[in-house]
Amino acid sequence: MITDGNPNYGVVPSTGTAAYPADVLASLRADAELTMARYPRARSALLPMLHLVQSVDGYVSLRGIELCADLLGLTAAEVSGVATFYTQFKRHPNGTYTLGVCTNTLCAIMGGDEIWASISEYLGIGHDETTEDGQVTLERIECNAACDYAPVVMANWEFFDNQTPASTKALADDLRSGAPVTPSRGASRVCSFKQVSRVLAGFTDGLADEGVGAGPASLAGLKVARLAKVDDGKAQK
Amino acid sequence: MSTQLTPILTRFWDDPRSWTLATYEKHDGYKALKKAVTMPPADLVQMTKDSGMRGRGGAGFPTGMKWGFLPPPDGGPRYLVVNADESEPGTCKDTPLMMAAPQLLIEGVVITSFAIGCNHAFIYLRGEVVHVYRRLMRAVEEAYAAGYLGKNILGSGFDLEVTVLAGAGAYICGEETALLDSLEGRRGQPRLKPPFPAVAGLYARPTVVNNVESIASVPAILLHGASWFAGMGTEKSTGFGIFSLSGHVANPGQYEAPLGITLRELLEMAGGMRDPNHKLKFWTPGGSSTPMFTDAHLDVPLDFESVAAAGSMLGTRALQIFDDTVSVVRAVSRWTDFYAHESCGKCTPCREGTFWLKQIMERLEHGNGSQDDIDKLLDICDNILFRSFCALGDASTSCITSAVQYFREEFEAGMHTSAAEMFPPAASTLFAKETVSA
Repeated sequence: MITDGNPNYGVVPSTGTAAYPADVLASLRADAELTMARYPRARSALLPMLHLVQSVDGYVSLRGIELCADLLGLTAAEVSGVATFYTQFKRHPNGTYTLGVCTNTLCAIMGGDEIWASISEYLGIGHDETTEDGQVTLERIECNAACDYAPVVMANWEFFDNQTPASTKALADDLRSGAPVTPSRGASRVCSFKQVSRVLAGFTDGLADEGVGAGPASLAGLKVARLAKVDDGKAQK
Repeated sequence: MSTQLTPILTRFWDDPRSWTLATYEKHDGYKALKKAVTMPPADLVQMTKDSGMRGRGGAGFPTGMKWGFLPPPDGGPRYLVVNADESEPGTCKDTPLMMAAPQLLIEGVVITSFAIGCNHAFIYLRGEVVHVYRRLMRAVEEAYAAGYLGKNILGSGFDLEVTVLAGAGAYICGEETALLDSLEGRRGQPRLKPPFPAVAGLYARPTVVNNVESIASVPAILLHGASWFAGMGTEKSTGFGIFSLSGHVANPGQYEAPLGITLRELLEMAGGMRDPNHKLKFWTPGGSSTPMFTDAHLDVPLDFESVAAAGSMLGTRALQIFDDTVSVVRAVSRWTDFYAHESCGKCTPCREGTFWLKQIMERLEHGNGSQDDIDKLLDICDNILFRSFCALGDASTSCITSAVQYFREEFEAGMHTSAAEMFPPAASTLFAKETVSA
């Protein structure tokens, strides 16, 4: 592990210790203050603030940890103790896109394992590794609450439903080349890791009205109920 | 078919722009709130008790009773925290609900807050669903603009602020006290109970923690009455709920039905098994944390009591369906990986136990099990179950003990033959046909 003589708060390797430029620091502080104001006690803003750090640095950097600690009156160790608990907080610079393949049981069996094996080989990287161009970080993810669309792939936490090895390769190609990509249920495009991190910190990006309300599987029961009602009506006549 | 589906929460999900306030208001949105603010709060608590609704987040504790446990007001703050950290494997109902109809949840939050005397409510959403977060934030924005949130709501003198926040990836935060710690900006680890959140929850103040679907059901109960709700379902498991079918079923998806419906009925509605040549082998009634069932349980009424009597739990009605192409050892091995990964590390039985279980399951999956591995698995499970700090540890044992109970021979085969050899994985995939023809 490279530490360069710097403290290492769970950041591997310890990088990005240069201070924030003054303008970046000022806007980070201002945003953090807004975040803290949403809670009766400021520390509740720590998770959003760590998302905010990721929106600037692309991971939870040492300087980001120190900034959060400073703003909340905590030690850097306390902040990194929190940051290292959660899988969405990255301990080294993330790619522009996180490509997550669900390999929890149901998705794995429905084809997630095949998707994982093929995309990992295709990109030449494993879990939590990033392509050389810095575009795609691959992750094996846990159940993402879309089992009725298995197998599921997430790109920067947008849903790509009913995927196959071929569709996932095409998705990775498009993400890397900058071609437009539309999630199955989500915004009209996949935003960058930093942009999405800013949303997760609680700052809207105006895309809420894009995309569908519900995908086909979400409506499966409603469709059956509507047909049954029509049949009932006919039967009564 | 005796049981009919009851689209109530799901009733307008197919409306174009179903997530907007305008659409919601067209579908009786905020009518219940208008009624609520004219009622004494205690009556709302009583109504929820009378409805008999049991929490929709898995444990099934009566929602109204939870509200009733709050100590009398002492002038200090009281909180409502909505658990929107949907992460239980197989569970996928709250996420589409909040994506398609976030206003349902917001109206439920306002009514519940009014009922329990809360002026600042929180919705803790898992962080891995960014579009759902956008929809929730937009719903809150619209509700503020319309005067359903903020100061003096509908002229009632009642004030409510709602904060929606995104977690950062940790299954354990679905456990209510771990969620509260996470919401306080800490590692999401469970707290010792008692004190229960009703007495000392968020910031050690009286707090109600409820699941998304429970809160979203409140407006309908208020509009139609507690007896209307109690008239659905069974005597002790009243009302309706969203049943999530996934896996080897022809039409997976969300089916909203009265509690007590059976898998046989649901499967019929969902077009049967994916491939009629492959029969149902095993399924989970309420997510991976509930002991699995087999085709012998097709007619078990899916209500809290009947499922418990048959040896499992209703959980979150997350019906993961697996046909006979699937190795139960492979399925259980992967779930065990999940629990080992998500164990928070606070208590020894769970932290160490899941790690040991994972190693044994891996051996068995690869056909390298040893003679005493099954006994060892069961022994470790016995040392985790009811000895862990929270339900995560207990849950990690459910799939193992139930799978050994029903499919012991497959575990025995794991001593010499790999799961992949006995059950070629390609046959189970969604794109099985594509693979075969290619």
